Amino acid sequence: MVDRKLRVMVAKPGLDGHDRGARVLSRCFRDAGFEVIYTGCHQTPEQIATSAIQEDVDLVGLSCLSGAHRYLFPRVVEILKEKGADDITVICGGIIPDQDFKGLYDAGLKAIFTPGTTLDSILDWIRTNVKPR
Amino acid sequence: MEKVKKIREGDVRTATRVIRNLEDNIPEAKTTIKHIFPYTGKAHVIGVTGSPGAGKSTLIDSIIASYREKGKTVGVLLVDPTSPFTGGAILGDRIRLQRHTEDPGVFVRSLATRGALGGLSKAVGDAIHVLDVMGKDVVIVETVGTGQQEVEIINHAHTVIVVLIPGMGDEIQAIKAGIMEIADVFIINKADREGTGKLYRDIMMMLDMAGFSKNDWRPPILRVESIFVPETFKEKVKEVSETIQRHYDYLLERGLLGNRVRRKTLHELNEALRACILEPILNRLVADGELERMADRCLKKETDPYSCAEEVAARCLKDPAA
Repeated sequence: MVDRKLRVMVAKPGLDGHDRGARVLSRCFRDAGFEVIYTGCHQTPEQIATSAIQEDVDLVGLSCLSGAHRYLFPRVVEILKEKGADDITVICGGIIPDQDFKGLYDAGLKAIFTPGTTLDSILDWIRTNVKPR
Repeated sequence: MEKVKKIREGDVRTATRVIRNLEDNIPEAKTTIKHIFPYTGKAHVIGVTGSPGAGKSTLIDSIIASYREKGKTVGVLLVDPTSPFTGGAILGDRIRLQRHTEDPGVFVRSLATRGALGGLSKAVGDAIHVLDVMGKDVVIVETVGTGQQEVEIINHAHTVIVVLIPGMGDEIQAIKAGIMEIADVFIINKADREGTGKLYRDIMMMLDMAGFSKNDWRPPILRVESIFVPETFKEKVKEVSETIQRHYDYLLERGLLGNRVRRKTLHELNEALRACILEPILNRLVADGELERMADRCLKKETDPYSCAEEVAARCLKDPAA
């Protein structure tokens, strides 16, 4: 029987080893019935985009707590676009000041989740906005 | 067919999508496999199995590097378990291979078991075909962390590597049936740890009892010490790669590769027959509630499972014995 599953990649770009959040999210996605590919820390935007394409994911969740999100997040979106994979949704989270939101949305990030966000609200957003392709 | 052409050209997006359609049971994917089937059979398929945490992914990372040094292209399929409760999965083997991500000569795809019990996923067999037809010289398949019984990799791999670590049990473990029988190459990983000598002797003794004759391939036992001593680790990985190649050459020289390929084909036929004949019947029985009603009748002792199955066969198959 046909069983379309949501495939999600959780990735940490840049020089940031704080991956507790990324791991909690991976586990939360697993428990929601998604197939989750976790890339580990210290990934370049190129590595993340290429992995997302190879793994045929529907969604990439980027986590960054180091402050380099203004470069790293848009770069992932950009490379996906260059490689003809802009049908992959990219969302992000971490320590992201309010004044950076507009820039990230303009760059093509579809959602931003900051500290204090509940797991349920992230899942709700995904279920409403991302369908397995 | 456009898809076949793209796969043969090595197009990653097409290939990974076909694999996904296979996993998700989209009927169209089978059509693609039918069309690429004539082009299969060129890649050397290597299976890597062993208990969780034995170091399979890390070894694969190094094996990939040694093939890339020789200019060979590599496809990798990594299988991790699906949760029996939620159907979700964490596919984490890829973490160890990320340094190869930007190398266009390497294609890595993770798969969840989706309830399959043999250490692989149902889609793996066909996914190997896809990577093969993409033109990968070598296809490496990593099983889930296995226990004793997950031996399905022998239906798919030409060379099976069993990765062991010291300290996992007594000598009886080494003579048990199952995973210890399927190795073409044994690797004792983390061999700087205590218990390596004993594990080596246990495997040796098991192999002595197996009665190999002089010209047979007797699975070599390789010791790979800590990755944290890069010089010796690299040396050992080189030995592993050479041994894998030696095994492949042996299969080719002896004309034995055909046996392995035939084993895979028989397995695929089995699966295809099941999918084509059994599954539609089962699905219908579930959908119209008849399976539950049969269970009720069995529980009341009005009938038994064998009689039920015979009734269904008599109704659904023209000639059950044909």
